[in-house]
Amino acid sequence: MKRRQLLAGTALALGLASALGTVALADDPLQVGFIYIGPVGDHGWTYTHDQARLAVEEHFGDAVSTTYVESVPYGADAERVMSQMILSGVDMVFATSFGYGPDVNAVAGRFPDVAFEHATGYIQEHPNVSLYNARFYEGRAVIGHIAGRMTETNTVGYIASFPIPEVVMGINSAYLHARAVNPDVNFRVVWVYSWYDPAQEAAAAEALIEQGADILMQHTDSTAPVTVAQDRGILAFGQASDMTAFAPESHLTAILDEWAPYYIERIQARLDGTWEAGNVWHGIGDGMVGFAPLNERIPADVREEAEGMIEAIAAGEYHPFTGPINRQDGTPWLEEGETAPDGDLLGMGFYVEGMTGDVPN
Amino acid sequence: MLRLEKRPQPSRAWIWATPLLAVALTMIAGGVLFALLGKDPLAAIRMIFWDPLFSPQYASYSRPQLLVKAAPLILIAVGLAIGFRANIWNIGAEGQYIIGALFAASVALIFFPSGPADVRIFGRVLFSYDVAPARWWLFPAMILAGALGGLLWGLIPAILKTRFNTNEILVSLLLVYVAEKLLAAAAVSWLRNPTGAGFPGSRNLSQFAEAANHELIANTGMHWGVVAAFIAVIFGYVLLQRHMLGFHVRLAGQAPRAARFAGVAPARLVLFCLGISGLLAGLAGMFEVAGPARMISIDFNTGYGFTAIIVAFLGRLHPVGIVLAGLLMALTYIGGELAQFRLGLPSAAIQVFQGMLLFFLLALDMLSNYRIRLAWKEAAP
Repeated sequence: MKRRQLLAGTALALGLASALGTVALADDPLQVGFIYIGPVGDHGWTYTHDQARLAVEEHFGDAVSTTYVESVPYGADAERVMSQMILSGVDMVFATSFGYGPDVNAVAGRFPDVAFEHATGYIQEHPNVSLYNARFYEGRAVIGHIAGRMTETNTVGYIASFPIPEVVMGINSAYLHARAVNPDVNFRVVWVYSWYDPAQEAAAAEALIEQGADILMQHTDSTAPVTVAQDRGILAFGQASDMTAFAPESHLTAILDEWAPYYIERIQARLDGTWEAGNVWHGIGDGMVGFAPLNERIPADVREEAEGMIEAIAAGEYHPFTGPINRQDGTPWLEEGETAPDGDLLGMGFYVEGMTGDVPN
Repeated sequence: MLRLEKRPQPSRAWIWATPLLAVALTMIAGGVLFALLGKDPLAAIRMIFWDPLFSPQYASYSRPQLLVKAAPLILIAVGLAIGFRANIWNIGAEGQYIIGALFAASVALIFFPSGPADVRIFGRVLFSYDVAPARWWLFPAMILAGALGGLLWGLIPAILKTRFNTNEILVSLLLVYVAEKLLAAAAVSWLRNPTGAGFPGSRNLSQFAEAANHELIANTGMHWGVVAAFIAVIFGYVLLQRHMLGFHVRLAGQAPRAARFAGVAPARLVLFCLGISGLLAGLAGMFEVAGPARMISIDFNTGYGFTAIIVAFLGRLHPVGIVLAGLLMALTYIGGELAQFRLGLPSAAIQVFQGMLLFFLLALDMLSNYRIRLAWKEAAP
């Protein structure tokens, strides 16, 4: 009688324990959660992160299971989504927009055993918060070069999102490299104050074309600008993902966000038990910044120059911000041969010499 | 044959039965939608409506979150309902919410202690002092500022309507976009965090003790915004059901001509309704920026002002109904997130699901105004 009770009790305890998930099985997959600021179908920023998530699933198979929530606003919503993910067993969180910083750190403080990877952020208040970002200005240097060589009206239209260092540094990088091969080039910048607003981006593209631009660049996420370029028969560069399908004739190339290598590396580290918080800013050389196939319309010599530049940047032989470079007001910024310190770039609030217009303030 | 017959008066029973019926129909139609997407409909419905409340895994965390999510919805919806009762349509609560938050955050940040300062003479530190004495009045001042910001933004369509007879629906809606641009400008310039590495967004108010709207009791979700929402509900109830002004509001909505004979001044009513709903939306923005949202950011507004319109109607423009509707709406958000990452439902499916709720409610409203009669014989022509 007693023995049977004991057995029943043990069985019950075991059942309870497994029901509550406290019995960890060795072959339980590592659960990784992603939160996205936009919809996975934006063909821009969020799309590239989700492609990387799919690459993670492909790479690890049964060892890792991933989950995501799209269009999560900053603040209480992000905090809640991450908390609920962790309560459901997620052990590693990728928060893929800079505005999640305070939320990631708040949740990280409450769940010290969970690993957090935060894209493009700057707040690290806890030892389990890691930061990663990409040197997109390296890609902008290359498209700036192509634009400088290919513009016939000497006017490049630039659809910018917000006047923040990331965007200002991209404009400067593209402009410097366009001017290097075409001293008469002129950049016109339209600020749309949004990362993703197809209607406004299209309107900005039209306005820039009216002002004489024959090549468009964008620092926004939708495919609207390249589509307008295609309709109006001018040239354009895509953003974040390969947008060739939306503008087969006009799309010269796109700067690609390649998150998969980093995600795979970090998740592997987590599986191995070697994960530690870090803070990386990776570029072309590390495989975080890439290029969509160069359009046939790019002349052979320009293509060669662009490919050479990509190689030189990847190999660390060339830094897109190498002096002498003056600020717009003529004061010197970088001496001859000096390369820009990361701190200067991450706080960049000024145009370089030759740019017209002001950074809005 | 089915025939519709207008009721002499809306059926009281149907007025309160239709929301329940709408929820039931939403569950059925939503289930069909989820099934078409290849997901288990029962699991999805259970995850949305049951798990946040009762699952041992989530409930202790999710229940307090219901209050956090519902409070701004209820606060805004109570104000909107007052206007809607009088046929005055404030569609721009989202903008008033933003401006309230901007005003409140600006007041807070003016008094942000930027650290201890030194008083120097000839380069030598004479003494150091801290510019941050505890300011008990800062939080009340932020509340006033938030209310004032929302009130002013709400009065713009009101004054334009009374003066120039513009349409308050259009003006209040378009002012949302103006407010969004102001928000973006504030986030990248005058409210930008000076220690934020150049990123857009203000300082983190949750790290500024006098300005923070923290939980009043840990792990309950109760913050000052929840308290304010309850006060607003009581205020709205007393006003609409017990006060002369509330009677005028209802009269103006149901019988404008009679209202005029009863001495209701239409212009004053417009100013009152748009003003009070703006004020409450501004307050919601204030409590949000100082609490759950922590800071002004470019994307600070997440649609509470628009969702509150659904909440107001779902709650039958009645303060008590709005409390229930706000909690239900919050539940679909929180449960919807669970369904997204547990079952892989796209967020658009959850939004469709929420939209169905309003759709079915409005469609079923017919039942409170019309009687369905079965007519076996066509009447002779």
